[in-house]
Amino acid sequence: MFYREAGEYRTSYVEDGQTFPIAFDRWRYYLVLAVAFLVIPFVINDYWANAIFLPFLIYAIAAIGLNILVGYCGQVSLGTGGFMAVGAYGCYKLMTAFPEVNIFFHVIIAGFITAAVGLLFGLPSLRIKGFYLAVATLAAQFFLVWLFNRVPWFYNYSASGQISAPERTVFGHPVTGPETEPWAAYLFCLVFVVVLAWVARNLTRGSVGRKWMAIRDMDIAAEIIGVNPLAAKLSAFAVSSFFIGVAGALFFAVYLGAVEVGEAFGINKSFLVLFMIIIGGLGSIFGAFAGAAFLVLMPVLLKNVLVGGLGWPTDLAAHLEFMIVGALIIIFLIAEPHGLAQLWRIAKEKLRLWPFPY
Amino acid sequence: MNEQFLFAMEVTLNGLMAGVLYALVALGFVLIYKASGIFNYAQGVMALFAALTLVGMMEGQVPFAHLINAMFGTDIHHFGWTVPALAAIVLTMGVMIFLAWAVNHFIFRHLVNQEPIILFMATIGLAYFLEGFGDLMWGADIRKLDVGLPQGINLWIDEITFNAFGYGFFIDNLDIVATVVAALLVVGLVVFSQYTKQGRALRAVADDHQAALSVGISLNFIWVLVWSIAGFVALVAGIMWGAKSGVQFSLSLIALKALPVLMLGGFTSIPGAIVGGLIIGVGEKLFEFLVGPLVGGATENWFAYVLALLFLVFRPQGLFGERIIERV
Repeated sequence: MFYREAGEYRTSYVEDGQTFPIAFDRWRYYLVLAVAFLVIPFVINDYWANAIFLPFLIYAIAAIGLNILVGYCGQVSLGTGGFMAVGAYGCYKLMTAFPEVNIFFHVIIAGFITAAVGLLFGLPSLRIKGFYLAVATLAAQFFLVWLFNRVPWFYNYSASGQISAPERTVFGHPVTGPETEPWAAYLFCLVFVVVLAWVARNLTRGSVGRKWMAIRDMDIAAEIIGVNPLAAKLSAFAVSSFFIGVAGALFFAVYLGAVEVGEAFGINKSFLVLFMIIIGGLGSIFGAFAGAAFLVLMPVLLKNVLVGGLGWPTDLAAHLEFMIVGALIIIFLIAEPHGLAQLWRIAKEKLRLWPFPY
Repeated sequence: MNEQFLFAMEVTLNGLMAGVLYALVALGFVLIYKASGIFNYAQGVMALFAALTLVGMMEGQVPFAHLINAMFGTDIHHFGWTVPALAAIVLTMGVMIFLAWAVNHFIFRHLVNQEPIILFMATIGLAYFLEGFGDLMWGADIRKLDVGLPQGINLWIDEITFNAFGYGFFIDNLDIVATVVAALLVVGLVVFSQYTKQGRALRAVADDHQAALSVGISLNFIWVLVWSIAGFVALVAGIMWGAKSGVQFSLSLIALKALPVLMLGGFTSIPGAIVGGLIIGVGEKLFEFLVGPLVGGATENWFAYVLALLFLVFRPQGLFGERIIERV
């Protein structure tokens, strides 16, 4: 009824190829942006920022990054936690070594450092495929976590072995450290999310993204039609690691503030982000957001219902959470291997014809 | 002979023993992978689940006691009886067979013909589910598992080596038992797959699903069978590891240790799992002994993965794996 493309005339190729070709979608997108930038910062409080918005935004970046590698380029990686740790520790070293530089640049440079590390661990992907590669990326996970745990230079020889973010400001407002206002931290992350999602969207529909997808669908065939597998795979690793590194830096500096590497960036984090993109939908930017939102909200919801509502002990809720996450993964894989993003697509298709399908 | 060398020898022997335990877990992986093409990430959690169930049965614990207490405000925890180890093992095996049936019936039957990576992710989901389920059923405390296996230093080896070299080797009795059990298990599996009807059917399925189906082999039955065998291997591994370091969450992480073993040996080869396990076991112990002190220790966390990674760059199919042939 309201979701129609009838009457919308597109007269150029550029107009036809835009991300939201249907006006309704476009306005919805602007509305979401407007709410995110103009409404939420004024109403947000500590609980909402720390329990929902910050983890959602940061995991969304990580999920987009992993989705580029797994969903678009088909290289399964279980090293996300390790790469997030690289971003976090890179950011920490930069923050403490160059305190006069704006934290914005620290986060970006931490992303580039992670991209370099990702390139290094992506090299074996030229020889190894499928499961073998998935397991090989575990090497990155365990080696990096061990490195940050054992080499004191990385945590500035602090006695506890932890790293904690010093206070840094953007336009005079602190965005890290204990004095941070929730809205400042939220906006800081939101800017990264919006910019990076825009970059990812445009990368994946351009020639780079098409090369990635060709490699994903069948790498030998892609090579025959002239896609350079070396460049395609390594660029996917680099771009994906950049995103994940930025997410790691934000996760440490803005969200947690203090980090113990084995706890914050362990193997479980790798699986969590992988689950986000499976549930959200492989090979879809929207899917990364949907998956991140789902897996951030679900534990909060479960906790509120079981612990707050029914009065069950927290450990029981934690066990149930494991079971539900596991069961959901399986259900999604069986019922809809393309995840929430596919459900969204189907819903939109139906909506275009609604209420008169034929 | 100098002290360092003897010490290195002892470390190597201990590494061999640890490698056998890795190989035990890796065996379960290989079996399922060969028969159904599923890379079963949940193998480690299955070992944990089996060990938890075994302990729970032996102690006569009430399953889901915690949940029931929370729901109905009761305070139950034990039935008040204990079950002898052997009976509990048989009962646990029954549970594992039921689990095998359930896994096949509710999950993998619906995922036939999906890409291998989808199946792999389904097993990750299964691992999470089982982990929560096991904790919910039996509680999340660290438990001691004692089925009467000998433990502690083997005095006989200690004495012999002391007489021979003037330095007694420390070898745990449990490791020796594990080695013997692993050897028996492998022999048993080989005999089963070579000389029984089901074993031959299993190999046929591993070779070609459709061809096996067309000569009248029931795929469903074979899959339940192979998951049951994997459950049995998981039970054995769970008993060994549980007796060694207690039944706790970290038990499921040995699955992660088994992955590099598999990569090294090749996913499709039973001897590969054994040899890979031994190489990893010895390698990581020796590396920790020789290089560990120089770089801050705890190298065991990553050595196996990095070794496997470097190895695969030169030989992508592992030591004994089938050659990977790709066609467009």
